[in-house]
Amino acid sequence: MRNSTLFFYCLSVEVLVLSLLLAHASVREGAAQDSLGEKSALVKRLGLTDLCLFTEARYTRHLSQADLNTPFQDHPLSLEHFPSGSFTQPPTVLTQQP
Amino acid sequence: MNAWIEKQRYIIDFTLSSLLRRKVKNIGLLALYTLIVFILASTMFFTYSIKKEASLILKGSPEIVVQKILAGRHDLFPVGYIDTIRQIRGVAGVESRLWGYYYDSLVGANYTLLTPPKEERTDRSQPKTATVASEDADTGATGPAKPLFELNGAKLEPGTLIIGNGIARVRNITQGDYMPFRAFDGTVMNLRIAGTLSSRSELVSSDLMLITEADFRKLFGIDTQHVTDVIVTVKNPREVATVAGKIKKRLIDLRPIIRDEILRTYDSIFNWRGGMMIVVFSAAVLAFVIFAWDKASGLSAGERREIGILKAVGWETSDVILMKFWEGAIVSLSAFFMGVILAYVHVFFTGSLVFEPALKGWSSLYPNFDLTPFINAEQLTTLFFLTVVPYTVATIVPIWRAATIDPDTAMRHTGE
Repeated sequence: MRNSTLFFYCLSVEVLVLSLLLAHASVREGAAQDSLGEKSALVKRLGLTDLCLFTEARYTRHLSQADLNTPFQDHPLSLEHFPSGSFTQPPTVLTQQP
Repeated sequence: MNAWIEKQRYIIDFTLSSLLRRKVKNIGLLALYTLIVFILASTMFFTYSIKKEASLILKGSPEIVVQKILAGRHDLFPVGYIDTIRQIRGVAGVESRLWGYYYDSLVGANYTLLTPPKEERTDRSQPKTATVASEDADTGATGPAKPLFELNGAKLEPGTLIIGNGIARVRNITQGDYMPFRAFDGTVMNLRIAGTLSSRSELVSSDLMLITEADFRKLFGIDTQHVTDVIVTVKNPREVATVAGKIKKRLIDLRPIIRDEILRTYDSIFNWRGGMMIVVFSAAVLAFVIFAWDKASGLSAGERREIGILKAVGWETSDVILMKFWEGAIVSLSAFFMGVILAYVHVFFTGSLVFEPALKGWSSLYPNFDLTPFINAEQLTTLFFLTVVPYTVATIVPIWRAATIDPDTAMRHTGE
């Protein structure tokens, strides 16, 4: 078999696998609508404001409710030290100039 | 047309043979390239999906949350302020919230304690979208979806708790078990687990504990004249920002947080072009660029001689460039597809295994959740232009110089 034929076979397989994964994404997205609706309903009924992603500190647990001085909340020289604090960015409202 | 295709195929045949002659170097390049695409694609898939999921879930969050600020920090909210807010034109309702954190030294985890809104326990006529089941709820009314609350015949009452699935997992407790809490005055409160929240809702409720108002106040010693914050509903949704401004103007020690700000928070924090990811990624990209540039521009003596021989046997400069174009395209297309496929599997099948340590951080309690794969053409196009195009161009430009050299000079190892 020619090298070019083999290459195009490999490329076709990769394209096919990627297409299948995209189809999988589409199916999963459709199937997740019920679950997303339920989570949204829970948020609405309980008045929740944040996702439960980082539970290591109160200002990472409720990112949208955190104090404006979050990185320095323990004392003026207390820089942010939690790993999730470096993984996320500050809300745009804090970085925009008035 | 057939002749053109055949010519391309012959050039690809030759290019692949040429690549396979330098197996180790080219397989190393392909592996590194795939790794770069994998990291970038994983970051994009993860951040986009979580942002999309956050926007869909949090669209039901309160229109305005109002906090009291004291010395720049969140403070308890005096109940007396509620009437003042209620009198503001445009305000439809004000509801107090009681919530806080409890550190469990046994497992080193922080829990979020929350008293559910009053209708949560009394109003049985919820809309269909609120799929909360109790012992006498008609499950048929909520459709085939599994209810989020698993009360199993018990409802929230003084002395009981409803806990998130993450807490049940970390503490290995379930309905009917008792959980001890040390109150503000040192006394121990034993609360019975009345039920658990569904595992499907872990992304919002993993560390949540629903507790009655009386128990909450007893646990934290908060008097009835204070609450944690309040939720304000507005008659006209277009006036939310105006009402928030009026609240701030009327009571200057308050901080209103509107729903748009909550949604924007989640839209901005997981920006793949920012945060720690860009630091990690830029270092990797820089290493790759140096590697690719070195490979493309610093032709080895063997490669230089190969070009010389090709030109001597009749190849045009354009043929040599075409060959190098295919070399770049073969490597970059293979790496692109493999990287994207691996990234998809990584994020949506293995639960972002590589990112997990960074996401968990120092948390003892981390939610188990499956991200919904939200993939669109824009993400794949961006990835393609960020990875395939730069490499292909980076290999073409330096080759131009090499392809135009004299064959005799190239074969004599001179002209370096």
